[in-house]
Amino acid sequence: MPKVKIDGVELEVPAGITVLQACELAGVEIPRFCYHDRLSIAGNCRMCLVEVKPGPPKPQASCALPVADKQEIFTQTPTVQKARKGVMEFLLINHPLDCPICDQGGECDLQDQAMAYGFDRSRYHENKRAVPDKELGPLVKTSMNRCIHCTRCIRFATEVAGVEQLGATGRGESMEVTTYVEQALSTELAGNLVDLCPVGALTSKPYAFEARPWELTKTESVDVLDALGCNIRIDSRGAQVMRVLPRLNDDVNEEWISDKTRNAIDGLRHQRLDRPYVRTKGKLVEATWDQAFAAIAAKLNGLDGSKIAAIVGDQCDAESMVALKDLMASLGSPNVDCRQDGAKIDGPRGSYIFNAGVRGIDQADAILLIGTNPRVESPVLNARIRKRYVHGRCPIASIGTAEDLTYPVERLGAGPATLRELVDGKLGFFDKLKDAKHPLIVVGMGALAREDGGAVLAMAYELAGKLDAVRDDWNGFAVLHTAAARVGGLDLGLVPGEGGRDVAGILEGCQKKEIEAVFLLAADEIDTTKLGKAFVVYQGHHGDAGAHRADVILPGAAYTEKPGIYVNTEGRVQVGRRAGYPPGDAREDWAILRALSERLGKTLPYDTLHQVRARLVAVNKVFAAIDQQAPGAWGPVGKPGTTTDAPLASAVANFYMTCPISRASRTMADCMASRAHLMAAE
Amino acid sequence: MAMITADPKDVPQVASFSFTPEYMAKVEEQIAHYPPGRQASAVIAVLDLAQRQQGWLPRAAMNEVARLLDMAPIRVYEIATFYTMFQLRPKGKYLLQVCTTTPCWLRGSEAVMKACQHAADGETFSVQEVECLGGCVNAPVVQINDDFYEDLDEASMNKVLDALRRGESPKPGPQVDRQTSAPEGGLTTLKGE
Repeated sequence: MPKVKIDGVELEVPAGITVLQACELAGVEIPRFCYHDRLSIAGNCRMCLVEVKPGPPKPQASCALPVADKQEIFTQTPTVQKARKGVMEFLLINHPLDCPICDQGGECDLQDQAMAYGFDRSRYHENKRAVPDKELGPLVKTSMNRCIHCTRCIRFATEVAGVEQLGATGRGESMEVTTYVEQALSTELAGNLVDLCPVGALTSKPYAFEARPWELTKTESVDVLDALGCNIRIDSRGAQVMRVLPRLNDDVNEEWISDKTRNAIDGLRHQRLDRPYVRTKGKLVEATWDQAFAAIAAKLNGLDGSKIAAIVGDQCDAESMVALKDLMASLGSPNVDCRQDGAKIDGPRGSYIFNAGVRGIDQADAILLIGTNPRVESPVLNARIRKRYVHGRCPIASIGTAEDLTYPVERLGAGPATLRELVDGKLGFFDKLKDAKHPLIVVGMGALAREDGGAVLAMAYELAGKLDAVRDDWNGFAVLHTAAARVGGLDLGLVPGEGGRDVAGILEGCQKKEIEAVFLLAADEIDTTKLGKAFVVYQGHHGDAGAHRADVILPGAAYTEKPGIYVNTEGRVQVGRRAGYPPGDAREDWAILRALSERLGKTLPYDTLHQVRARLVAVNKVFAAIDQQAPGAWGPVGKPGTTTDAPLASAVANFYMTCPISRASRTMADCMASRAHLMAAE
Repeated sequence: MAMITADPKDVPQVASFSFTPEYMAKVEEQIAHYPPGRQASAVIAVLDLAQRQQGWLPRAAMNEVARLLDMAPIRVYEIATFYTMFQLRPKGKYLLQVCTTTPCWLRGSEAVMKACQHAADGETFSVQEVECLGGCVNAPVVQINDDFYEDLDEASMNKVLDALRRGESPKPGPQVDRQTSAPEGGLTTLKGE
């Protein structure tokens, strides 16, 4: 390991890193604009100049200079200071200095660094250049006069997002960052450009002129709009969520989030359920909590448990799910299901989580995607697979109808028959998987949420066995969920008990009048017309499909409005925190169930959040290890049987609208329109 | 200052572009200069061929180059807009690139420029002011398509332009009695033995 001296302090650093990284290890801050940890090195802003001995007698760009043994690095000499001030002066020649009307103000790298290295007046009297703004779609607002040509956005689009659509045209003073032909970027990660831009050239369009960073309350939480559970920071003002930003977590989302995670939040302001409703004479009428509970009690009291059923939605927190489970148990009903889409999963934990973990993708050396389109099901996870592809020597193949995934994929076929052939070793890709040290089999909901899902799962299990993909040092069996609540629900055992009905069974029972009351815990993705004449209680936060059909509505809290535990597709237990209170009379979901249980005479034995969480741990001890991915047990899963010829299409048809929140979001509607426009242009 | 932009939006773009068989053969030859998988290295040469065939580089031509070389179109636009030799607007039959950098300017490039601008009609002649063409010793210099016309003044410039207009090919190089950059009027030294 090379030994370097940074500002007189000797330090041993790993070989192969850059001078800038070495300085960071030494705790010396180097100003920079173009350098970014997760992008390739450009070395074009020249802000990170340092003096290095031995070396030429001039300052050097530390971001692009490898460390060498016995190097002496000086970061604070007068030469360095003067050089950085010079660079800053050049950067500001054409920068408009419109900070008072710039959305980046207060969190702008250029603003901050100008405080340290800026000159207090300009020595340039020429006119500043004027650059036309670009149209980058409904999420990114451009103000290209402010651009300092760091090229972070270009590198992000090319390297991480995998859409080579941004570039730098022209040269010298005429250089501009553009798509050349005015068009939105066809990526689900466009919002990250806003975070990457060190100046105010790319800012958030939906958030334009909404708030200043210093007036926002920052709450660290997790996302529930897809099953990856991206770590987010919710910025709110009062009760309103103003924006969502990614939080660094290398195990999950690195520092990216998808456009839905970031921009669907305006859906939290529309279509909200803010008070209880009771259906009287066919119409939903506003009611008090007391009246709502009374209506439920009147129906449920005396009703046999087998005639009651509960369906759990895709974004529920573990607390409300365990409360519902306990309530249903006390009512004597085995009819509980958290698999709205009818996914055929109910094996040991190892059979329904992404065992390899997101980090495992970096290690994988052959990847098979079965019935999944990660690009729309979890764009950030897809970016991780792309990252693995970019590093090279990792064949990727898919069985299903997945389209452009931003990396080349060998298409083996569309239906389960292809999987059968692969398992039998009849396809060439079998050998590639067999030769791989760390084969990764990603099974999507498109493969499991279907009639023959059990048979497909059984084949995937068989394949994992043949490939020896599940061993002590590597578990390459990975289920990619689409619902944030799913793994938590399965961990808590929200599946039909003995003699119980699953979702299909419940709906069938409703039509045959064998089920008389259905409790929907934020479940909107079912066919509500099939609920027949059953008495439906809907507890949730949005006036979506479930609420329209309900006889009693109990207003709950959305994910930003309640503390909650979520288990992501990896089986990682993560804690979401409350950024603001739910609107009107709406309440935290577990508390509603607790209050209801009291009215039904089956009082649940917990009164505080702490007690509910203790109950979670009692049900399944994985809930005790926050932020950890507990390994799952492994055993035969699925139900070997015949399969149909239907192709294994992705479970997500429309990335921008997958849940009540995103369906209520106008920004997501704009994104859809923009994407449709792009598709039509092609 | 005027708005800068690389994308000439006011240009009437052509609907489609494809290489003629002769040009395609040259394109393939250029691509063959590089190892397989590195065909993108041929981009400048192929763009030049497209420009020679079309007279300028419409967007359709750049897209075709991108397709042939398996590159993202934006990467081709970047290159085409970087080099001033690529013309992103339709040009006349003859592109008059008048050097106005200091040596040419001191030797009277303004008069040459005037003659060119007078002739420029957009169909036969287009005129463009360029930085140093590297022919300072024969200043003033004008590059007409692939040829340098040197040691010009207003009269000799007009003579060249008239000849081109008539469809002749005037002799490139110095337009005075001079061989390349040798002294005017014959040698002054190294004459005898």
